[in-house]
Amino acid sequence: MTAFLTALRKDFLLQWRGRGQIVAIFAFGAATLLLFSFAIGPDSVALRQHAAGFLWLGLLLASTLSLAESFEREMEEQALEGLLLLPASARALYYGKAVANCAQLAVIGAALVPVMVVLYDAGTIRLLSLLGVIVLGTAGLSAPGTLYAAMTAQTRARQTLLPLLLFPLVVPVLLAAVKATSLLILGDPMGQLRPWASLLGAFAVVHWALGGLLFGRVVED
Amino acid sequence: MYVRYGKRDHRAELDGNARIRPPSPLVRRCQQGAMKAATLRDRAYSIRRMIAVAAAGLSRRYGRRWALTDVSFELPGGALAMVSGRNGSGKSTLLRVLATAIRPDLGTATILGHDLRADREAVRERTALLGHRTHLYEPLTALENLALVARFLGGDRRRAALLERLEEVGLADRAGDAVQTFSAGMRQRLALARVLQQEARVVLLDEPYGHLDPPGFLLVDGVLRRLRARGITVLMATHLLQRGRTLCDRSLVLDAGRLVFAGATAEMPEPAGSDGAGFAEGA
Repeated sequence: MTAFLTALRKDFLLQWRGRGQIVAIFAFGAATLLLFSFAIGPDSVALRQHAAGFLWLGLLLASTLSLAESFEREMEEQALEGLLLLPASARALYYGKAVANCAQLAVIGAALVPVMVVLYDAGTIRLLSLLGVIVLGTAGLSAPGTLYAAMTAQTRARQTLLPLLLFPLVVPVLLAAVKATSLLILGDPMGQLRPWASLLGAFAVVHWALGGLLFGRVVED
Repeated sequence: MYVRYGKRDHRAELDGNARIRPPSPLVRRCQQGAMKAATLRDRAYSIRRMIAVAAAGLSRRYGRRWALTDVSFELPGGALAMVSGRNGSGKSTLLRVLATAIRPDLGTATILGHDLRADREAVRERTALLGHRTHLYEPLTALENLALVARFLGGDRRRAALLERLEEVGLADRAGDAVQTFSAGMRQRLALARVLQQEARVVLLDEPYGHLDPPGFLLVDGVLRRLRARGITVLMATHLLQRGRTLCDRSLVLDAGRLVFAGATAEMPEPAGSDGAGFAEGA
């Protein structure tokens, strides 16, 4: 537990020192939402119907930048290797990194909500539920994302490889998160929010468990 | 119902209200003995000056090229040894294999009796590596980098103790500055402080004089002497042969991944093509 907290503290500190990068990633997500809104046109009904999908697509694209960035600092002076040789537990390092990535993505996701409301006229009064869906969805993105980012950080084609590996795997997260967010924006007369949120939670639990088991094998020679 | 611990009988009622009986003195002694076994084994190696590093047939390849081929040698505990050889002769690979940063493809080695392959964690607890890359986090300050190591190792992370460590490498006045603002020589000094922070029994240094100024050379000389005085085993890769001859009692020479000399430094042959000029020695 101490090792996990130490790793988490280190990752939050690195994120804080690179907060300019977080702002840039948020701006990228916001620009994506703006471009998608241009693609739909001025039809306010269509905009509102597609808002949830575009929010999660924007967040998914931004997540590849955020996840890749999180391993840049680990690789430039082989700092991660240095921790493994101390020896620090690979599992603690993974969970520290994954929690920090999840928190960063959740903050970016929450910050994109007002952008979505302005561009797509897609507000909701169930803000806490929306935040819950964002946290569950980003947990589902960050667990496999952290693992794949570690795997691809050591390759030359990492900018291409990470989305290629990550996107097919997180299709269930994307589907469930879009559906749950749509229900919150457009209304949920059939009470379908809970099953979709449960699917998000189940996906996250499986991938957080798998990530902790596999990370050591991914980062060790 | 009777439960027997060693030679004594202890009566315990194993009903719903039964309480867990503390272990008998004999059991406790066995448990304490098991916990101390590894420490005692290390101490025995140190006291008897037995073999601290033993490599047997170590080989490692990158793709199809063998960087190390069948390297076997032994280093006694407390030895200060240098590895020399041309660029690409396998010095860094040897140190990285011994530090468990990379796995050997063939052969194995033991560090203080712990096998690289079978007992990786134990080897890591007893070794520290100063590599070509510094293992530092660039956005963090010098102090934060050392504090991070101290936190993971459960060591002394008081500011005063960390500042003392930085003072040792001449960086106390830059303790609060981010590593990304440091010159290459300052990074090397901080990386050295990080290695010392680990307080390992076997220290592996890959070009410790790299990027350093003349006072830095003297600093590394002092660190090496202090490590030797404390009985720490040091294996250092360097091109500074004259300096190595002065400081080190044992030498290894690699050529194209093969060990061509292992023995006392006094008996080490002159490198081919050096014409007696040797290599740049600094101050």
